[in-house]
Amino acid sequence: MMRFILPFVIFIVLSVFLYIGLGRDPREVPSPLIDKPAPAFSLPLLYDTQKQFTTEDMKGQVWLLNVWASWCGACKDEHPVLMDLASQKIVPVLGLNYKDKREDGLAVLRKAGDPYVLTLFDVDGKVGFDYGVYGVPETYVIDKQGVIRDKIIGAVTPHNLRDRILPLVAELNKK
Amino acid sequence: MKNFLIALLLVLPAFAHAGEAKDLADDPVMERRMILLAEKVRCLVCQSENVASSHSDWSNDVRQIMRDKMKAGASDQEIMDMLVERFGKSVLFDPPVDKETLPLWTAPFVFLFLGIVVLFFQLRKRSTVVQQEVALTSEAQAHAAQLLKEENK
Repeated sequence: MMRFILPFVIFIVLSVFLYIGLGRDPREVPSPLIDKPAPAFSLPLLYDTQKQFTTEDMKGQVWLLNVWASWCGACKDEHPVLMDLASQKIVPVLGLNYKDKREDGLAVLRKAGDPYVLTLFDVDGKVGFDYGVYGVPETYVIDKQGVIRDKIIGAVTPHNLRDRILPLVAELNKK
Repeated sequence: MKNFLIALLLVLPAFAHAGEAKDLADDPVMERRMILLAEKVRCLVCQSENVASSHSDWSNDVRQIMRDKMKAGASDQEIMDMLVERFGKSVLFDPPVDKETLPLWTAPFVFLFLGIVVLFFQLRKRSTVVQQEVALTSEAQAHAAQLLKEENK
């Protein structure tokens, strides 16, 4: 009897491991910045490069920082989701236009709509680098104290918005 | 005309140049140091490649940042720490042994050990099975001898 049970158990265990492995995205590297203070920065605004934004401006608010670029395909997929989120006015979303040409970035917002409270212009990607950005789009959830609480690598979808981002935002807003 | 064409073709290589070597820094010693360091860093966009050999945009940026930091006088360790701080230990091809990476480092040895244990018990079981089979009764042995005798006739 043992002869059959043991291989069967090994088979089941291996199957479970492989199944979990299949569902995971190896590109998703867990960020070491979670639960650390969001790196402070000062950047010009995309619409008006004369004006500067600093991370201090968002202190006391829960907010999302969405890193995007006109050359990024997945950003086009998440754009309508962000537009929908913006219309609900649940949480302010700031855009970080990452390594983009200013006119290209502006053209996207003009054509597809602007879901952002503010759009910051990170032309050389220095701020993106400090935030550990390696593939756009990436979205950070930042709490009232300016601590990064979550990072979504890849597009924001109605699914991860409902199950992951919004519950966290609600919880952080209570504090 | 023919000579002119040949002359033209001979001159042509002078205009050929490889565009790739462009981002070589003005300081070859530092560039060498940067490449050696970049070989230890994983390209997060193309994960089986290192930053030194990758052509991805992100790797280009990392190499440029390494150059900038080196120019500013940062040590190799400081640059590595800066990368780990932002991207986590998975950017290192050779992650340090610590609490977090211990399973990663020990798992192969644990599996090897388990394999040896299983193999040991299997072999022992097999040898006892073989011994049991050898232990024939004297009757059976006599019968076998008889059969062999007949065969040899």
